[in-house]
Amino acid sequence: MRDKNLGEIRAIIARHKLWDLIFMIVGIFALMIAVLTFMALFAHMLIDGLPRLSWDFFTSFPSRRPGSAGILSAWVGTTLVMLVTAAAAVPMGIGAGIYLEEYASKNIITEIIEINVTNLAGVPSIIYGLLALSLFVHQFGFGQSILSAGLALALLILPVVIVATREAIRAIPVVIREGAYALGATKWQTVSDHLLPYSAAGILTGVIIGLARAIGETAPIITIGALTFIAFLPPSPVKAEFPFVSFEWLMAPFTVMPIQMFNWVSRPEEAFQINAAAAGLVLVVMTLAMNAIAIYLRYRMRKNLKW
Amino acid sequence: MVENLAGENSTVDAPHAQYKSEVRNLSFYYGAFSALKNVNMMLHEKKVTALIGPSGCGKSTFLRCFNRMHDLYPGNRYVGEIILHPDNINILSRDVDPIEVRMRISMVFQKPNPFPKSIYENVAYGLRVRGVRQRAVLDEKVEEALRGAALWDEAKDRLNQPAYNLSGGQQQRLCIARALATDPEILLFDEPTSALDPIATASIEELITDLKDKVTILIVTHNMQQAARVSDYTAYMYLGEIIEFDVTDTIFIKPKNKQTEDYITGRFG
Repeated sequence: MRDKNLGEIRAIIARHKLWDLIFMIVGIFALMIAVLTFMALFAHMLIDGLPRLSWDFFTSFPSRRPGSAGILSAWVGTTLVMLVTAAAAVPMGIGAGIYLEEYASKNIITEIIEINVTNLAGVPSIIYGLLALSLFVHQFGFGQSILSAGLALALLILPVVIVATREAIRAIPVVIREGAYALGATKWQTVSDHLLPYSAAGILTGVIIGLARAIGETAPIITIGALTFIAFLPPSPVKAEFPFVSFEWLMAPFTVMPIQMFNWVSRPEEAFQINAAAAGLVLVVMTLAMNAIAIYLRYRMRKNLKW
Repeated sequence: MVENLAGENSTVDAPHAQYKSEVRNLSFYYGAFSALKNVNMMLHEKKVTALIGPSGCGKSTFLRCFNRMHDLYPGNRYVGEIILHPDNINILSRDVDPIEVRMRISMVFQKPNPFPKSIYENVAYGLRVRGVRQRAVLDEKVEEALRGAALWDEAKDRLNQPAYNLSGGQQQRLCIARALATDPEILLFDEPTSALDPIATASIEELITDLKDKVTILIVTHNMQQAARVSDYTAYMYLGEIIEFDVTDTIFIKPKNKQTEDYITGRFG
């Protein structure tokens, strides 16, 4: 650098720093397109929909008169479908994840299974809808019911739960696993006493992210034939007489939030568009709330487990 | 120490009764890679045997054969025998369940690895695995193990606190207590002080010296002074082979093999 004076060195630095600036501007621009688009959409929904939100909106059935229409059957349907989805996907996904991570011998077959599981996450959701239509609705005779919809969405999020389980287990340091085995623990003792408890928060995060994805799914639900206009609730799961619980609701016809929205959006009347915006707002808030819980759990997990 | 052991040269050739374990023609393969080549040696009952050698010489691999740790990973293969006395069984045999071996032979790892549970639960875990349920028995064994690991005085008032609240040296002593709680026949140490400061290291070394009255010890160490301080017998390993195995003082004062001498004197490694 002896051959260059300080002025030249500064000029070179300034020229190079220009690229830092250019890249930063491009980066911010790209980021803004993504963030602002969502923000604008959300703001639009908020302005249109927020005044429409009231207690009645949540407790009314859909109606031909937009002013008295509500989302009661939709949110009850969504809740029950999510219940079925979670009940099916959580044990299956965690079980499969544990098996792949801890029990399966590493050979070509398990490798093929692993690649398939990862690829399943990318299969278009309508394909799951078709599968569910032929398998659950017709083959198993579950009909166009909450059970069929819940199982279809469970298949959809199964890969998410499996991958989350495996990653959470893999994040446990190998010396902890070896420590358990070195004391004479069997695989199941290691899994149930150590791996599952230590990875629970991570698995839960994956489950919630999976459910947050499932809650907004429309295509597979339409494919299996959910109704778009439902003015009654499924049978109550709780009964006054013995045995107090009832599973009749599993077989009931239903609708869900995104379908209710879709139904309203396709109406010509302006007032129904406002209903759709309000329902969309509820749906987005539900999804964001679930993601927020997932982020909070991940934060808690990292704080409590320092290896 | 030099004076104490000077006359014990003959114990290397003592009758089998004094051996806790004999390693016969042991080779070990990670897939096609041969990590141990025809290793022969013995562990003297209630003595400390040290394995020294440069990084990658196979000393940890050898140690981990004793509790069949390699069975946890695919593609590993043992050839040869490790005979455990007095029942004279080959613990590497396919007919012997690795879990049974691990119940008899405990291990302390390189980095303290307490479970993210309470101090009490860490020590009690080995007993729980063995089906011990009675609180009184657990309490007694936990106290005994913590006393054995010289941790009782520091830990007795906070048994229900998370093990991670302990310092690094205390955590390693907790891991020793955890390994002791199940009354193992052999205790394996895999470079137990490599993650610890000098004071914690000294306390672990003192503990190892105290423990040999109760249990046969095999320790891997990268620190030659540590081997000289704590062990009765030392094996020098290089490239998966045991170059020399003898009474510690012989190895450190008049090694028979030129390679051993070069390593000990710091000309190599």
